[in-house]
Amino acid sequence: MEHQQKNAYSLTELNEIARDLRLDILDMTTKAGSGHPSSSFSAVEILTAIYFGGILNYRPDDPWWQARDRFIMSKGHAAPLLYAVLARAGYFERDLLWELRQINSPVQGHPVQGMLPGVEATTGSLGQGLSLGLGHILGGRINTLDYHVYVLLGDGECEAGQIWEAAMAAAHFNAHRMTAILDYNKYQETGPISREMALEPLASKWESFGWDVKEVDGHDIGALLKELTAVKELHGKPTIIIAHTTKGKGVSFVEQDFTFHGRALNPEQAVKAREEILCQ
Amino acid sequence: MSVGEKAGLELSKPMRDVFGDALLSVCDANPRVVVLDGDLGNSTKAEYVRQKYPHRFFNIGIAESNLVGVGAGLAACDLIPWITSFSSFLLCNAYDQIRLAVALSNINAKILGSHGGITLGKDGPTQMGIEDLALMGGLPTMVILVPSDPASMHAAVKAATDHIGPVFLRSSRVPMPIIYPRDNTPFEIGKANTVRLGDDLTIIACGLMVGMALDAAAELAVEGIQARVLDLHTIRPLDKQAISAAARETGAIVTAEEHLLQGGMGSNVARLVAETHPVPMRFIGLEDVYVESANPDDLLKKYKLTSADIFAAAQEVYQAKQG
Repeated sequence: MEHQQKNAYSLTELNEIARDLRLDILDMTTKAGSGHPSSSFSAVEILTAIYFGGILNYRPDDPWWQARDRFIMSKGHAAPLLYAVLARAGYFERDLLWELRQINSPVQGHPVQGMLPGVEATTGSLGQGLSLGLGHILGGRINTLDYHVYVLLGDGECEAGQIWEAAMAAAHFNAHRMTAILDYNKYQETGPISREMALEPLASKWESFGWDVKEVDGHDIGALLKELTAVKELHGKPTIIIAHTTKGKGVSFVEQDFTFHGRALNPEQAVKAREEILCQ
Repeated sequence: MSVGEKAGLELSKPMRDVFGDALLSVCDANPRVVVLDGDLGNSTKAEYVRQKYPHRFFNIGIAESNLVGVGAGLAACDLIPWITSFSSFLLCNAYDQIRLAVALSNINAKILGSHGGITLGKDGPTQMGIEDLALMGGLPTMVILVPSDPASMHAAVKAATDHIGPVFLRSSRVPMPIIYPRDNTPFEIGKANTVRLGDDLTIIACGLMVGMALDAAAELAVEGIQARVLDLHTIRPLDKQAISAAARETGAIVTAEEHLLQGGMGSNVARLVAETHPVPMRFIGLEDVYVESANPDDLLKKYKLTSADIFAAAQEVYQAKQG
């Protein structure tokens, strides 16, 4: 099973996949009684485009195939989204999703490398994913494989120095097969980013570090696909796609309450959320 | 450096140079080995690889967190990265990255912490790795190696490279006494080497302190006390068999390490002795202190890491054993 064929799904179908992924995230976190649903919701369309829009070259039945494209979830707290995507892609049985955060299960609260097929990296202490991605780029050169590396960054984690160490190094090593996607949902754990830390001007920061910068509506799968397809063309620089998103996207009362960052919806809230998601 | 003289041992060239040679050897032997540097390759001697295999060498710059992350990514590509820098900077700056991306991920990466201990000397306490064994000891699954001479350094670098999984290896700036023959060195991860036979007490040491222990043992022999000396080159996994046998057969133990006593080799040995066969023990190491700039011999003397300190501790445990 290889999901590299272009346009295997129509845009309508991709949006249906996104809707189903949101339902999985909701069910997983509510059943677990904890987790980060709102941080997962904001990046649903981004991962849908990458995994099901013909961008990522991967083989669920041969997960560590050497020539695979890499996807690294640097914002590890969006683990429920990653697991939902990997299950849907066929890396493992969907039933495993309901074991999230349970004892004796490989479905850890944050991703741990080696526990599940398709999980490329251990993340959850923020700021680390871009460096790992650069290691995969340099490894690809030694192994003479020209795969692409995608790293999903959170906005809050761009406060970490390691992100900028890696950004500087990726440009230095001309890592043109590296694409970072920034899930710019404008909130970190304790509140709005603009209030907590001066992250802006973000685009010019990345540009000054030697990256090509694109900006896109992070919930518009068509727009995401256009940018993700364009960056596959070699142009000598790493690229960051700043995807403007809404934290908690898809559930109105989660979008309006940033304290859902590290909190699952309770069963009553989940019923209401399900109704909202199903209307989309 | 005054170490090894009383035991009749010659000094090697600086151990960092030996590490550079050993690293180049494993690169020669295995094309999967790659080397990462935190801009200290001319001090750690990882630069030997840069000169011969520039495409397998990456200077990641003065950015240890990224250094470890990039190394972990390379390991995930079925390569064998040696991530190199000073023990102090690498471990203290990038502990979280080593914890998540290397240890918890159980990847096949090797970490070289150079300039371990206090014998780097004049550059002072900011550069000294006096807590590296404790830090690496805090990471489950991390193999911890502290070679004591050139031949054991070569053997340790090869064993670390061949081992599948995370390994930390400590090297030093200074020369060490030549203890083992160059081409016939017993070195198995997790198996201590008995470098001197004796049944009156045991000195368990690692790194530079193995030479110091042999000096102390030579002086003890003059007093009629025969000390067994174990080169505990592997701090994890600990050689339970050799340590419990030492406790049982010799009835008294001194440990000696160029490291803080808290969380170092001695405390690990003590736990094992307490669980298997409790005997009188004394511990040579740094007592809850940051040291200072000075030449290595002056530091070793002031902070009580000499063969004379081991000798005195050995006499104490020997008397305690007699009851």
